[in-house]
Amino acid sequence: MVDTATKSGAYAGAARPRSSLKRLMQRKSTIAFLLTLPLILIIASLVIYPAFYAVHLATLSKSMTKFVGFGNFTFLFKREVFWMVVQQSCIFAISAVVFKALIGFFVAHFIHAIPTKGQRKWRGMLLVPWVIPPAMSTLAWFWLFDPSYSAINWLLALFGIDPVPFLGNPYWARFSVILVNVWFGAPFFMIMYLAALKSVPEQLYEAAAIDGANWWQRLWYITLPMMRNIISITVMFSLIVTFANFDIVRVLTAGGPIDKTHVFATYAFLLGIQGGDIPLGAAVSLFMVPILGISAIFILRDVTKRGNEA
Amino acid sequence: MTATATFEKDRRDRGGPTRPVRHGSMSRDRKRALFWSYFFLILFVIFFLTPPIYMFITSLKSSTEIAGATNPWWVFDPTLANYEALLTSSEFLTFILNSAMVSVLVVSITMVVSVMAAFALSRMRFWGSATLATGIFLCYLIPETLLFIPLFKMFAVVNEFTGIQLLNKWYVLVLVYPTLTVPFCTWIMIGYFASIPKELDEAALIDGATYLQTLTKIFIPVALPGIIAATIFAFTVSWAQFLYPLAFTTSSDQLVLPVGIVTTLIKGDVYNWGQIMTGALIAAAPPLVIYAFLMDYYIAGLTAGATKG
Amino acid sequence: MSQVTLHKVVKNYDETPAVRGIDLDIADKEFVVLVGPSGCGKSTTLRMIAGLEDITDGEIVIGGDVVNDVPPKDRDIAMVFQNYALYPHMTVFENMSFGLRLKRVPKDEIRQRVESAARILDISELLDRKPKQLSGGQRQRVAMGRAIVRDPKVFLFDEPLSNLDAKLRVQMRTEIKKVHQKVRTTTVYVTHDQVEAMTLADRVVVMNAGLIEQVGTPNELYHHPRTRFVAGFIGSPAMNFVPCRLEEASGALRILLPGGHAFPVPAERTERYRRHAGSADLVFGLRPEHVTETHRNVEPNQEAFEVTLEVTEPMGMETLVYFQLDGAEVCGRVNPAAGAEAGQPMTLLADLNHMHLIDGTSGLVL
Repeated sequence: MVDTATKSGAYAGAARPRSSLKRLMQRKSTIAFLLTLPLILIIASLVIYPAFYAVHLATLSKSMTKFVGFGNFTFLFKREVFWMVVQQSCIFAISAVVFKALIGFFVAHFIHAIPTKGQRKWRGMLLVPWVIPPAMSTLAWFWLFDPSYSAINWLLALFGIDPVPFLGNPYWARFSVILVNVWFGAPFFMIMYLAALKSVPEQLYEAAAIDGANWWQRLWYITLPMMRNIISITVMFSLIVTFANFDIVRVLTAGGPIDKTHVFATYAFLLGIQGGDIPLGAAVSLFMVPILGISAIFILRDVTKRGNEA
Repeated sequence: MTATATFEKDRRDRGGPTRPVRHGSMSRDRKRALFWSYFFLILFVIFFLTPPIYMFITSLKSSTEIAGATNPWWVFDPTLANYEALLTSSEFLTFILNSAMVSVLVVSITMVVSVMAAFALSRMRFWGSATLATGIFLCYLIPETLLFIPLFKMFAVVNEFTGIQLLNKWYVLVLVYPTLTVPFCTWIMIGYFASIPKELDEAALIDGATYLQTLTKIFIPVALPGIIAATIFAFTVSWAQFLYPLAFTTSSDQLVLPVGIVTTLIKGDVYNWGQIMTGALIAAAPPLVIYAFLMDYYIAGLTAGATKG
Repeated sequence: MSQVTLHKVVKNYDETPAVRGIDLDIADKEFVVLVGPSGCGKSTTLRMIAGLEDITDGEIVIGGDVVNDVPPKDRDIAMVFQNYALYPHMTVFENMSFGLRLKRVPKDEIRQRVESAARILDISELLDRKPKQLSGGQRQRVAMGRAIVRDPKVFLFDEPLSNLDAKLRVQMRTEIKKVHQKVRTTTVYVTHDQVEAMTLADRVVVMNAGLIEQVGTPNELYHHPRTRFVAGFIGSPAMNFVPCRLEEASGALRILLPGGHAFPVPAERTERYRRHAGSADLVFGLRPEHVTETHRNVEPNQEAFEVTLEVTEPMGMETLVYFQLDGAEVCGRVNPAAGAEAGQPMTLLADLNHMHLIDGTSGLVL
């Protein structure tokens, strides 16, 4: 007893001469902190700081020399274009997400329905829109919609249909923006649903079949509840991405014709970078925050729920 | 209903449309479901693949053929002139080089930063680690469209005070792209690392490995599929990014591919569609090639966000 | 010299006690098994010896040095994990040599040590394979090989056999014993399986709720359990317990069960039990093998009684019979030829020479 006590003292004594810095460097929490430091620095300086800086900028005058409070916001509220941007952003995001979700869901089911060995090939082809850089694929759509050489109109002409002014007419332009959004985003939904479908245990379907459930009942009582979480995460995620999208509108219509397709991102770019009025641009982009925040809260809730299930 | 009929129906229901074919004689319902599945799959493949295919068709056409307003879906006089013109243009080659440099640097930075952070967050509980993990995920949800204006102004201010020129330099992108890649890569690496059994690092600890040796000799090799998936993600994001380069770079020698194609190949109202489509196709090629060869990793990375963590 | 001593070792997880102050001396070259139900603190104890868990209070001494603050790698121990914890990206050779390579042991020596360990475990042909290509038993051997190669002061085993199927478990159990006889290293082995504990250990440590219930050789524990917990935990099927009273009548003691059954206490135990006479809070314990069918030459202190069997389980060499005895479920082991049949009455024989009497409040065997 006494013997061990002295030995323990001896050990502590032997350990002490090591420099305290070295000891600190070997502590688990110190190492952990150092490992996360680059990440914290990147996020703090290039995400968090600019986010708050945007709020500050939005309260300055165009020359950024004087504080104008909510001046930029009240200025925006008086402009008709701004309200069009709000309206268009919401319309684009909601309708595009709904169609992406529906198309993704059905395509995933079609793939899931065919023999397993062919699924890889189809899945591979159907994900291609998501893989191409969106600015580049939107160029291709732009060319497909081209007023004088539209390849789609050429096809329509074969059926005797008049040329459609895809990008010239405000309503068709909005339709085109949504179409390209859906084209780009549906494959992502498809791949997420497919992953979810594959994760439903086959025994559940067998048990349901024994209980006498038909195809629709199995979809309603098993597939959808089992996929509920992934569906909501994907929808919310897609809502954020679509709502904040820049590339598609910028390349396809640049906001035109007569501002009928501007969304927050392109409008902020137009005012802030091209127009040189940084505070006003910052004010526009800040309007995205509420809807992004709400979606983020929902995603976080679902993701933590999944984490707890696992 | 006879016993066999009941059995038949049962088998069909159980198999539903989800079962791989196992029997030579399929029921009629099953055949019909399969027919419609293929029918719609073909329709959607046509819809999904039309733009890239049309890119390719156009890229093989000369300007005269495009202006000739013949059948746009067919190449009557295929030529590689567009490819030749772009791949010999020093401006276009600069775009490719800039894109490559930016992507390689961003991918390297991303992987080092996120693998280190994910290791710490998944294995070493420390004060605030749970909050930090959640915060990282939230950062992934902040779109670049919210930050480009304050960042633009920040870089201008930095120049004012330190004389360091960031705006209109390709390397400014190396600075900002990690904000788009690091949060998600960290998040999926946390998921992959968390799936490594705890005993493995304990065994390494007893074997005498330090934390860094555990990371480099055990975690990274074991989580290699995750590393590949995260690398692919980081590459595709930095290769495809459009807003930041459009906002932060203007001189044609500093542009990356997507912006270069959109801003320099479209001159005013003059659209050289053959070259634009060729450029777009070249810009789309690296992600497509990676996708073609590493599809499973690509998809794993894509779905990891929701299915792990 | 590689004794392990635990002195008043305590482990709390955020105020929840897992180990509540245990003392244990493990001799050099001894094979000690910690056994107990899940959550009893046996794994925590092992992990504290390994250095994988901090010690809240107390002292752990390995080979004469207090190791409380010594990191695992410097404790000169090796550990075999339940799920083997083989590095999946390394070959068997690389797995076994990883620790030595980190210590920068010369290559020739590494090769020689790995090969000799592989010979002991009969895995020389597997050295170039990856863990994925191995069967469960082979993985187990590799995990042991990894421990042997390091030639540590102490081997630690954390439920190493629980991932194997029943047949392989028996086989590997023998294997571990053989290896220990060959390499003769102090070993601490954790398991929840009392059969494993009994067959492997020089000494068994029975733990319950963060405390040591009893330390002893397998036979001591079986025949002289000190507490009701040990009596019930060691042995399968478990010892039968029936609440009882002790009565004294004309100098002799007898056990009185609540339903009226009475069993005489052997005369040589009278002195031991006398002061509990009249106490109502007692438990009568008898192992199933001491509840048998009647036979012709009944010895002294064997008492026949009649019951109605509820369930019979033929095991081949014997038949287990279950029945109610004054409100308690009791198991007996009878000869298959004795004609035991569920639902039928049967006369059984209780061998009171092997009875235990337990204090119901303290749980101590009297």
